[in-house]
Order: sequence, then C-alpha cells, then structure tokens
Amino acid sequence: MTKITFPVEASHIMMFARALGETNPVYLDAEAAKEAETGGIVAPPTFVQAVAQFDPDYHLRPKPGQKWFGSAKGPSGIDGKPPSSGGLHAEQHYEYHRHPRPGDVLTAEIKQGKTWEKESKRAGKLTFTERITEFRDQKGELVVTARSVGVKTERPVDAG
Amino acid sequence: MSLKASALKVGDTHSERVVENLSRTQLVQYAGASGDYNPLHTDEVYTTQVAGYPTVFAHGMLSMGLTAKMLTNFVGDGRLTKYGVRFTNQVWPGDSLDAKATVVALRQENGQHYADIEVSTTNQDGKEVITGSATARIDP
Repeated sequence: MTKITFPVEASHIMMFARALGETNPVYLDAEAAKEAETGGIVAPPTFVQAVAQFDPDYHLRPKPGQKWFGSAKGPSGIDGKPPSSGGLHAEQHYEYHRHPRPGDVLTAEIKQGKTWEKESKRAGKLTFTERITEFRDQKGELVVTARSVGVKTERPVDAG
Repeated sequence: MSLKASALKVGDTHSERVVENLSRTQLVQYAGASGDYNPLHTDEVYTTQVAGYPTVFAHGMLSMGLTAKMLTNFVGDGRLTKYGVRFTNQVWPGDSLDAKATVVALRQENGQHYADIEVSTTNQDGKEVITGSATARIDP
C-alpha cells in the first residue's frame, strides 16, 4: 500500500490541458473560470493520472544515477531488455465524487487489485493487472476513485 | 453550459474531432504534463529498434483525455460522475480522432437527474480506438 501526496496546481492543470489541445477557459484562465458554473478552475477528467509526477518511485521517469531503458548512445540504455518491457494500458475508469481544484492537496492511496491472463491472436499471452487508486483531499474526503487495468504482452501488438 | 433532462432524449448524440493529424510533439507535450515518460511514446529509436513497433504511439491516457474534451464540451464542466474506457487500438502519429457520445439512459437518483452516455472514439479509418461509458449530472 503506497501513499502519494499530490498538490493540485493551476499551472500543472494548464500544461495538462494544453497537451490535450484544450481551449476551455475553465482549465486555462482563472478569471474566465470564475464566471463558469464551476466558479473557478477545475482539473480535466483525466488529470489525476498526473499523480505519476509525485510518485518518487514511478518507473516511467528517468532518475538521476539510474540507467534508463530509452535510447541514448545505443537504442536502449539497458542491455538485454525484453521488447515489451513497459506494459500497456488496457482500461481506465474514474468515479468522481467532485472534481479537483487548484489548492487541493490530494493523497493517493494505491491498492493492487486482481490479476488474470488471456490468450490473444495479436500479441500472444496477455497478463492483466488491476490497480485501484483512491484520491482523498486535505479533509480526508474521497475526491476521485481510479481503477486502472494494465496489460503485459508476450510480443508487440500487431497493428492489424 | 449544462444539459437538461427535459431537452434530452435517449439516442441523442454529440461528436467532435478531438485531434487532427496527431503530432509526435503532442506526445512529448503529454509525456511532460502527465509525467509518463515511457519511451514507447516519444523515443523513435527505442520504439522501432528495441520494442519492435513501426513508430512511437500515443499514451492511452492521451486518447482518453482527448475523448474527455468532447464529453465535457457536451455535458458541461465538473458534471461527470463516472468516466471509464477500454483502449481497443493504438493511436499513431498522423491519426485524426473523432469522439462520439450517445445518450443511453436518463434517470433520477435521490432527486438528481443523470444521463448515462456511451462513448466511442474512432480514427480516420473508422477503427475504434476507445470504447467506454460515462455518467453526468444534468439539470431537470
């Protein structure tokens, strides 16, 4: 069971919204957002995924002093890494009790869920793993519940 | 903007083109904002030579976020109570995505009106990349 502190900031929401090509002022413009139904900036529906920024052990971020599996001098910084090392995202589900706002300090608590296997024509044996993350606010109230299903494939997925 | 139960019926749809000719730079932008630096999304050398894919491809969560843009434009800001998807196909640089919402149920719970919505996002070839569902609080 891991707990991560996730401060929600307006500049982070702005960057995240820009990456989605959002033009909605409720994510980008504090003054305009005051006039919206929300009465201020709120986070876009998938924003809590950016909790990865605050996870000290997040495996998909290069860390000082550690070898990174992406390319550098060679095609990978780690020798003998299996081709589908990272795993892929199969499903993502959110339940919103309310939408996070700048100033919230969320605590994410991650729990491992079920694991199961399936055969697939496009990628060989698939191993699915479920993870449930509860995001609570500074008052301890539940804000968002996230359920994520990851899949590790035996070989790269055929594009067909 | 918010939806009204009185003005909505089962079968109503809303669709939007949520990205046109997806660029590799947008994948970099999403990696930086989300914190997911998996080289499969931004590192052409690793992805083609080590992982064995034809090129880098989009984070599933980028496709889900792009689809959410259509949803919040439809139901209004801060109105979603549920949103969930399955990633059914990969999204590649150069793809253009159309996201569609279809109202599948209108109901009331403790006096609050809700719309249940089916979500589907397809690429320029009509191939579904996301399938899912959402629920939104709506006005009477």
